Amino acid sequence: MITSRVRFAGLAALLLAGATACGAAPTTAAPSNTASGAAPAASDSSSGAGAAAGTATSAADLGGLDKLVEAAKQEGKLHVIALPPDWANYGKIIEAFKAKYGIEVESETPDAASADEINAVKTRKGQDRAPDVLDIGQSFAISGAAEGLFAPYKVEAWDKIPANQKEPSGLWFNDYGGYVSIGCDAKKITKCPETFADLLKPEYKGKVAMNGNPTKSGSAFAGVYAAALSNGGSFDDIQPGLEFFKKLKTAGNFNPVETTPATIEKGETQISIDWDYNNAAYAPKLADKGLDWKTVIPSDGKYFQLYAQAINKDAPHPAAARLWQEFLYSAEGQNLYLGGFARPVLLPAMKADGSVDKAAEANLPPVEGEPTFPTDAQITKAKEALATGWGAAVGG
Amino acid sequence: MATEITSGPGAAGDGVRARAGGRAAKRALPPSWPAVVPLLVFVALAFGIPAVALLLGAFTVTDPRTRISSLSTANLTESLRGNYLATLLGSVQLSAVVAVLGAVLGAFLAQAVVTSRSRALRESVLSASGVLANFGGVPLAFLWVATLGNSGVVTSALGLGEAGWSLYSFWGLALVYMYFSVPLMVLVLVPALDGLKTQWREAASNSGATAWQYWRYVGVPVLAPSLLGGVVLLFGGAFAAYATAAAMTGSTVPLVTLQIADALTGNVLIGHENMALALSLDMIVVAGLVMAVYLPLQRRSTRWLR
Repeated sequence: MITSRVRFAGLAALLLAGATACGAAPTTAAPSNTASGAAPAASDSSSGAGAAAGTATSAADLGGLDKLVEAAKQEGKLHVIALPPDWANYGKIIEAFKAKYGIEVESETPDAASADEINAVKTRKGQDRAPDVLDIGQSFAISGAAEGLFAPYKVEAWDKIPANQKEPSGLWFNDYGGYVSIGCDAKKITKCPETFADLLKPEYKGKVAMNGNPTKSGSAFAGVYAAALSNGGSFDDIQPGLEFFKKLKTAGNFNPVETTPATIEKGETQISIDWDYNNAAYAPKLADKGLDWKTVIPSDGKYFQLYAQAINKDAPHPAAARLWQEFLYSAEGQNLYLGGFARPVLLPAMKADGSVDKAAEANLPPVEGEPTFPTDAQITKAKEALATGWGAAVGG
Repeated sequence: MATEITSGPGAAGDGVRARAGGRAAKRALPPSWPAVVPLLVFVALAFGIPAVALLLGAFTVTDPRTRISSLSTANLTESLRGNYLATLLGSVQLSAVVAVLGAVLGAFLAQAVVTSRSRALRESVLSASGVLANFGGVPLAFLWVATLGNSGVVTSALGLGEAGWSLYSFWGLALVYMYFSVPLMVLVLVPALDGLKTQWREAASNSGATAWQYWRYVGVPVLAPSLLGGVVLLFGGAFAAYATAAAMTGSTVPLVTLQIADALTGNVLIGHENMALALSLDMIVVAGLVMAVYLPLQRRSTRWLR
C-alpha cells in the first residue's frame, strides 16, 4: 500500500523475484499450520458452513451474518498483509475486529505494496500463509480480477456502495480513500503553501517532498496527477504534472527524500505531498514532538482516490475473510476509517442515515465540491507516461 | 620428471613405487569430491533456480489483454533503450566513480594505518571499518540526511545550503556510498599491505631507488591483485545498492536498481515484472563484464608472485 521500504539490494531483490516466481520459497510453514488453520474449513463437514464459506457470495448464502460469524470463529484466524497500523487506522481496526469476534489476526509485512499482495496470492496459493483479504490500489484490483484471483462477495451494505466504486459481481469494492494534500510544518514555515502554484515560491527551496517515488508509491503518483490537474492537464493528460515537477526541481524546491514521520520530525521534509489521511494522522503524533503539522487540500488540484478490498479466491480462512469485509463495511468499521482521517466509501450513506461519527468527520481536512474519478484506461495511460517521463523530469 | 633424468631399472622402480603409493593412498583416503556436494546442491538451489527463472522471465512477454505468454527478446531490447538504458548507464557511472575513488582513498588510509606505530589506532580503524563496511540501507540514508541534508545539522551550522551544496545529487550519493566503500577497501588492503616485506623496501633503497620507484616497480605491482579485487568489490557493492538511494534521492539520480524495484513491486506499475528481470539480466551481464576484465589482469599480476 504505502511505498514499500524494502531493504534489500537490487541483486537480492532479483534473486527473491526468481525464487517467488517459481514458487519454491514459501513452503516452510505450510505443513504445521494446515492442521490447525485450513483443515476445519476443508475437512470439518459436520458444520457445513465452513465448507460453503469458500464459495459464499454473501452472508445470506451461509444463512445470515450469525452463521458467518460462527464459521469464522471456527476457523479462528485471519491472515492479512500490507496493513500498516498507522495507515487509515488499521491498527485500531484490527484490534477492534479481534476484540469483537475473538478471531486471531496475523498481520504480515505491513509495509508491503499492492504488487506484493498480488504476488503473495499467486505464489502462496493453497498455503495457510496466503493472505485472506487484500487492500489494494484500484488498478491492481481490476487486473487481479481479470486474472481470476478473487472470490466474488457482496457485503450486507453492498447496495449503499456507489456503482462506480465496485465491480458489479463483487470481485472488488472500494473501501476508503482520500485527497492529495500538502502537509506543512507551520512552526518552521511562516506561511504554509495552499496550492500547487504556491509550491514554486522561492521561500520553499529544498523543502517540497513526497511520500516516495511516483513510479512506485500510490500517493506520490496521485500527487503528480493532481499537479497535472492544477496546471492545465486532465485525467487524459498527466504531462503538465511532470512539467510542474520539472519546474519544481529547476527552482530547487523539490526534495527527493521519501517522507516519513522521522524526516518530518527532523525538519528535512517540512512540506510533504501525501494523502490527506496520512498528513492529518501525522499531526497529533508530531504535536507531542513540538511540531505544528498542517494539512491542506490544494484548491487548484483536487484528486480523490479510493483503495479497494478483495477476497483471495483461495483464502485459507474463507469465512473469516468474508467476516472481515462485513466488519469493514459495518458502521463500526467505516467509522474507524474515519477516525484515522480516511474517507470511507459509505460516508455519504452514513451521513444520510445518521450513523456517522460526527466528531471524527469534523476532523477531516476541509474540501469543497464533489470528487470526480478517472477511468481505468486513463489511469493506465497516465502511469505509462509517468514511468517513461518521471526520470527525465526530476533527473540530473 | 625423474624419469627424464634417470634411466634404466631405476626409473622403472620409481614408476612402480609411485603406482604402489597411489594405490595405498586410494585405500587410505576415500575420494574427496563428495565433500563439495552439499555446496554444489546449495549453489544449484540458491543460485541456479532463480537464475533459470530470471532467464525465462526476461525472455517472456505476456500480452496484457489476452494473457498469453510468448518467448521474445522484446524485454531485453526495451531494457537497453531510452529511460531504462539511462538508469543502467547511471548505475555503471556511479559505481565506477565510487569504486575508483573508494579504492584510492581506502588504499591511502590503509597504508597510513599499517605504517602507524600506534597499535590503538590500527585496532580502532580496523574495528570501525568492519562496522562501517556493513552500514547501508535506510539508516545510512537517514544518517546523511540528518547531517548533510537540506536541513541537516552540518548544512545549517556551516550555511552550506547557500553555498550551493546539495546531498541529493550524483556526487552526494557517491559521497554516501563512499561511507561504506572506503572502510571495505581498508579491510581488503590491510592484509596485503602487511604482506609487503620491509626487506624489499630496504633492498630497493640500497639499490638507489626513490620512494616513487619503489612503489612504481615493487609496491603497486605486488598489491595489484588486492587493489583490483578491491575495485571490483566496491563496484559490485555500489552497483547492487538500492535502499539508500531509494530513501534519499529517489529518481533524481537514475539507477537501475531503483528501476527494477519500480517494475517489480509497488503501487503504480502493473505487469512490468519481466521488464525487471530483463534489467536484472543486464546487471548480471555488466557484473560479468567487470569480472571478465578483472580475472585476466589478476592472473597476470599474481603470476610472478608465486
